[in-house]
Amino acid sequence: MSNTYYDPADLAKFGQIGQHGKALADEFFKYYGMVTGADGALTKREKALIALAVSHSEKCPYCIDAYTTACLEAGANPAQMMEAVHVAAVMKAGVTLVHSVQMQNKLDQLVM
Amino acid sequence: MTVIPLLDERAARPADVSPTIDFDVLLAARGLTLPPLSIGTLQVNITKLCNQVCRHCHVDASPKRTEALSRAGVERCVELLRQHPGITTLDITGGAPELHADFEWLVKEARALGRQVLVRHNLTVTFDAHPQSGAAMTHLPAFFAQQGVEVVSSLPYYQEFFTDAQRGNGVFAKSIQGLQQLNALGYGQPGSGLVLNLVSNPVGPYLPADQAGLQADYQKQLFEQFGVVFNQLFTITNMPINRFALHLRKNGQYAAYMDKLLAAFNPQAAQGVMCRSLISVGDDGTLYDCDFNQQLGLAIQTGAGGGAGGGAGTADSIFNFDHAALLARQIRFGSHCLGCTAGAGSSCGGATA
Repeated sequence: MSNTYYDPADLAKFGQIGQHGKALADEFFKYYGMVTGADGALTKREKALIALAVSHSEKCPYCIDAYTTACLEAGANPAQMMEAVHVAAVMKAGVTLVHSVQMQNKLDQLVM
Repeated sequence: MTVIPLLDERAARPADVSPTIDFDVLLAARGLTLPPLSIGTLQVNITKLCNQVCRHCHVDASPKRTEALSRAGVERCVELLRQHPGITTLDITGGAPELHADFEWLVKEARALGRQVLVRHNLTVTFDAHPQSGAAMTHLPAFFAQQGVEVVSSLPYYQEFFTDAQRGNGVFAKSIQGLQQLNALGYGQPGSGLVLNLVSNPVGPYLPADQAGLQADYQKQLFEQFGVVFNQLFTITNMPINRFALHLRKNGQYAAYMDKLLAAFNPQAAQGVMCRSLISVGDDGTLYDCDFNQQLGLAIQTGAGGGAGGGAGTADSIFNFDHAALLARQIRFGSHCLGCTAGAGSSCGGATA
């Protein structure tokens, strides 16, 4: 048993999530492969950059490892990857800030 | 020895322990046999001397290396081309092959025989003086153009960051200058007949990007930023041997890289491996299935020759070149062959699948 919640070696065990629910895991991995594994309306590189951004906003270390590699294997460069992380960051900031409208609405209601 | 059932085995094995891979068993398990198909290319590693010291170099080439094919060996290569018209291509590599004293003679002779001549040219050797003699090498682009040599040059990425990380500080800027010179002579220009191909290999332990997509990026970016044009981009996977393997082991990434290559094994790519249509020549004339086997010392052993060093039946060489025996040989595979069979495949001419 690992002494930390996140162990890099666990990434290789992702396939084992089907141990107690194979049918659902199989469907998930099939879907996962269909979405990320090939060019579609978006290129594999665009999808890898989106996934890298989501990895950061969701704070998933496994995903950051996996999609840093996936971005490089899709031909992306560090500038593009960093910009994707900024998109995630600015969305987080925007999501926080846009809620201030609700605060303002409440303020308008309370300040008579 | 068993071949790995991927995810289960990998999950059970400590992350820092390398997988045990018997490539022949892997092929057999997939029902694959990969006999030689032809000897279309003679690839001569003429010297290990190089003006650069690249992080990924499987040859461990550097300015300190002195190994070089003898004059008699170079002349024998020309004789082989003359004797075997089926060998349509001479692929000259190194090191920086241009640093060999007989390089230009070899090119001229092979071209006079009507052979396609490929030179694996690192672009910077034109600007760096000969590391041993100090002689200027600035005449090379004009020489290539005059001889109609096909130039194949490494440029890991269309930006400085990756290129200099792999090939040394300042290499990107010099490489662009080299490409512009070649372009000015007609290389890569439509209708010129002068072919300029680029090679991209990853800067670390990961697989190359899709060749066609990356070529489109290179063409757009290099033209827009530097006015550079070229014909084709070849993507090549880094081989887990020699200097690159050493770096991987030092960083604790060797096992993970082997796992990655194994997980990406592609039978279609395996069918197209270059060793099926190529013979590699070492700096002492010994024959190998490919340049990687050469650097690992895995010589061809047909049993027909007397051996480069005179030992009976030990190794085949340019001096006892037996075309029929070579075609009937068993190619020597090893775990490093996973580098050529992963993903879209990898060869000196890029992706194979």
